[in-house]
Amino acid sequence: MRLTSDRVLAAFLIAPSIAAAAVFVYGFIGWTAWVSLSNWAGLRPDLSWAGVANYLGLFANPRFHLDIRNTIVFTVFLLAACMSLGLGLALLLDRGVRGESIFRSLFFFPMAVSFIVTGVAWRWLLAPGDPATGRLTGVNVLLAHLDLPHLRWYTDHTVLHIHPDGALGQVLSGAGLGALTDPTVGIPVAMLSIVIAATWQMSGFVMALYLAGLRGFPEELREAARIDGAGEWQVYRYVVLPFLWPVTLSALIILGHISLKIFDLVAAMSKRGPGFATDVPAYFMFETTFHADRFAQGAAVAVVMLVSVSVLIIPYLVYSMRRETAT
Amino acid sequence: MTRVAASPLAMAGRALIYAALVVAAAFYLLPVYVLVITGLKSYAEAGLSQMWHLPAAPTLEGFQQAYARLAPHFANSITLTVPAALISSFLGSVNGYILAKWRFRGADLLFTLILFGMFIPYQSILIPLVDTLQRVNFAAAALGVPGWLSWAIPGYGTIPGLAFVHIVYGIPITTLIFRNYYATIPDELLDAAKADGANLLGIYRLVLLPISMPAFAVVLIWQFTSIWNEFLFAVVLTQNPAVRPVTVALYNLAGSYIVEWNVQMAGALLAALPTLLVYVFLGRYFLRGLLAGALKG
Amino acid sequence: MQQRRILIIAAIVVVIAAVAIFQATRPRAPVPPAATLEIFSWWTTGGEEAGLLKMFDLYRQQHAGVEIINATVAGGAGFEAKPALKARMLGGDPPDSFQVHMGRELIDTWVVTNFMEPLDELFRAEGWEQAFPAGVLALLRHEGSYWSVPVNIHRANVLWYNKRVFEENTWTPPATFDEFFALAEQMRAKGITPLALGDVGIWASVHLFEVVLAGVLGPEQYNGLWTGATDWNGPEVRRALETMARMLTYVNPDHSALSWDQANDLVIQGRAGMTIMGDWVDADNLAKNFADSGWAPPPGTRGIFVALSDSFGLPKNAPHREQALAWLRLAGSRAGQEAFNPVKGSICARNDCDPGLFGPYLQSAMQDWERDQIVPSLAHGAAASESWVALINDVMTTFVSDRDVAKAQAGLARACVEAGVCR
Repeated sequence: MRLTSDRVLAAFLIAPSIAAAAVFVYGFIGWTAWVSLSNWAGLRPDLSWAGVANYLGLFANPRFHLDIRNTIVFTVFLLAACMSLGLGLALLLDRGVRGESIFRSLFFFPMAVSFIVTGVAWRWLLAPGDPATGRLTGVNVLLAHLDLPHLRWYTDHTVLHIHPDGALGQVLSGAGLGALTDPTVGIPVAMLSIVIAATWQMSGFVMALYLAGLRGFPEELREAARIDGAGEWQVYRYVVLPFLWPVTLSALIILGHISLKIFDLVAAMSKRGPGFATDVPAYFMFETTFHADRFAQGAAVAVVMLVSVSVLIIPYLVYSMRRETAT
Repeated sequence: MTRVAASPLAMAGRALIYAALVVAAAFYLLPVYVLVITGLKSYAEAGLSQMWHLPAAPTLEGFQQAYARLAPHFANSITLTVPAALISSFLGSVNGYILAKWRFRGADLLFTLILFGMFIPYQSILIPLVDTLQRVNFAAAALGVPGWLSWAIPGYGTIPGLAFVHIVYGIPITTLIFRNYYATIPDELLDAAKADGANLLGIYRLVLLPISMPAFAVVLIWQFTSIWNEFLFAVVLTQNPAVRPVTVALYNLAGSYIVEWNVQMAGALLAALPTLLVYVFLGRYFLRGLLAGALKG
Repeated sequence: MQQRRILIIAAIVVVIAAVAIFQATRPRAPVPPAATLEIFSWWTTGGEEAGLLKMFDLYRQQHAGVEIINATVAGGAGFEAKPALKARMLGGDPPDSFQVHMGRELIDTWVVTNFMEPLDELFRAEGWEQAFPAGVLALLRHEGSYWSVPVNIHRANVLWYNKRVFEENTWTPPATFDEFFALAEQMRAKGITPLALGDVGIWASVHLFEVVLAGVLGPEQYNGLWTGATDWNGPEVRRALETMARMLTYVNPDHSALSWDQANDLVIQGRAGMTIMGDWVDADNLAKNFADSGWAPPPGTRGIFVALSDSFGLPKNAPHREQALAWLRLAGSRAGQEAFNPVKGSICARNDCDPGLFGPYLQSAMQDWERDQIVPSLAHGAAASESWVALINDVMTTFVSDRDVAKAQAGLARACVEAGVCR
């Protein structure tokens, strides 16, 4: 008898959260998808059916091509930078360093700061100036002191790509892969400035994750490997890193979904950038919806973003759920 | 003595480790250095070209101006963040308790479905969200809700509305952390209480709540910082300058016609201060909770 | 030990909660008096803010006891303010009156969507059909009615230079594009950036493009662009793009990091020779005590006045309609415009303001305003709808970095079709 009343109570207590998820997550996603299939452009809603016209328009839009390129570049570089820096710092701190807690706090504190603050600070630090007229600013002053070349940071519209006339370019063209020599598959240099700022903010988080993982590492395993004759490097390579795999996976997922959605940092630092070199889908969605009033188009961008994040997240969630049910 | 002298290689290794750590520390401190010295400069001195110079005549002018412009928005951020963090933590705790200890059929699937809400790009719910909250305004106006009840109306362009949104979209992460925390608590503890005749609420109140403090610390810190720092919802949902939280105010400070770098940098520091203090004093809890919470999922 | 920590955390939570409760229950701005006027604008700094506050002072003198709410959202050219306004209007929370660019921006965004009240009665009662020039009235009218009250006129096509630098080098401002490029070469040889540009948020580049368009096409063909009469695929637009591409080789490399006023700083410091920007630069120069400011029409635009205007309209369901109408009456009056414009750094939209109140630049602008042929500005909402401008912004963002004329021209032609003006 009591057990059933408890069950009713349990259902009653969790119902609001389930209802909230049903409406505010799934219902709203459906609503957005519906808007993305409508003709809504202009301040007054117009939900008449447009089919997939907005998606076709989106994928024909050169700006959106660049947004996709930029997001991929940003994600790849951010993950690489944060994972290597985070792991490196965690391994260093794990070696019984004096003042460990101070270092740890120093590396970790940017996590507490908003992307807006980060963007304001790094926009100022990486302001490029113009050496031709003697305007040296920001980090470029330090570079000049060290006799390093002047960099144009987030105002650099260079896109590193395979040159069609170069050796590799010709081989690719010959193989029918000439499309790969287009700047739309290159690396926009300006985006790397955003990567630096984001790495400053997020790498400490990865370090903290790894450090927490390393603290759970059983010393016996290390000892056992040493007894088997493994060198220090081999211990890390074959024992510690595999042990840290779940941490790595979590960190990749957390960073990955943040970088696919990045908005605040770009808005505060460089907006669309020179020739859309730092434009990202989230910023495009914001401008196209709330500046140009093209709500249906904005909704289509949002749906594409959702799909890209889902491709990353859903397998992870399913994997987590299965693993948990198994244990 | 002989041992130390015998391992110059090890000593060099140690030195390298420290050198690497110091270089890394310099990277993380670089923006802070520039923020602080620029914030302490006067408008005339705070040019791009003298960015690295220490202020010749340190002044609090920049901080005073930034404070004057940001203070009302600070109040908005506090009014927004504290209730939203408390309520979403409490909801997460109840959800986590039920999902971990009163497992029903499909609980895992339901949990996963709730969890998905934490990863979605909020752009994908933004247009309906704005529409819905606007309907709340119209409904409240049509029903003639009195002014003294306005704090309870989560309408568009209001702090309660923004807080409501943060609560709703905060449920997944708070539920996750609490569920994983409660999963580590042995069922025997609950069984003992059950045997003593406690019901679902009684077990929660008598057994779980008293030992939930570490999880609450983690969740509250997490929610406090993420809501304080959040920008997208804030910039879209609060258009009236009077109710905008501090991140949006800072963004606008940076976007105005005349760029007063000293005020901007001082403002950035001020806006970051509350969350920084939380991390400095309570960061240990957060780090400790990290593995226990976010990772096991 | 554990317990003490819990106590500390609990204490912190209690303190924070107490602050929150205090904040939440703190009486909001004391219950507003019945008579309130809320004015929405993006005038937050310098002369713009000062001019607005002067009008508020006048309003308070005329209407004692009305509390004025100055609802501003900062950001260049209204970039942040416009979405904020849209959200408020859509949310059924209109201000009593708001700043909006006269022309297509007002008409296409607000009038055709049925958000505004017509102001014909006000125009008749105040005799404004006589007070404003015909060109302005034409831009204000839509379907035979007037929809907003213009408070000022800005000129978009001004070439600003540093007189001291020009005198030292015996340079003269270029009247043609050939002269411009010859001068730019000389400047570059001297280590001076020829043309300062600050196009963060891209609108300053679109602004430069509209000035080049007017200079290359002349007033009639320029006007035809906005009605579909001039072919976007034609040779003239191509020539304008080629000219612009060449000009872009003379700008500062960090233009995408600077705002227009930071670009003007380069001229003030003598690091750059010229900048092409609207006449709000005059107010910036005065605020920065820059006495050596020189101005001239940019190449090819002598006799052309590329105009934009800030105006105020009356939204439907304005909460304080009476006060809003009184505000509009003031904004269109001679007294209001004479109070506002000398400080804001713009000329009156009316014909009858006293030139003696204005500085030397504005006096010259007033003369040009009467003589020149008036054409609408693209970048500032007079010539094209906001969604069309947004499409052109996208084309120019790419063009400024790759300077691909053919691609840009195709993009501009497509934008005209998408805007529903061209076929």
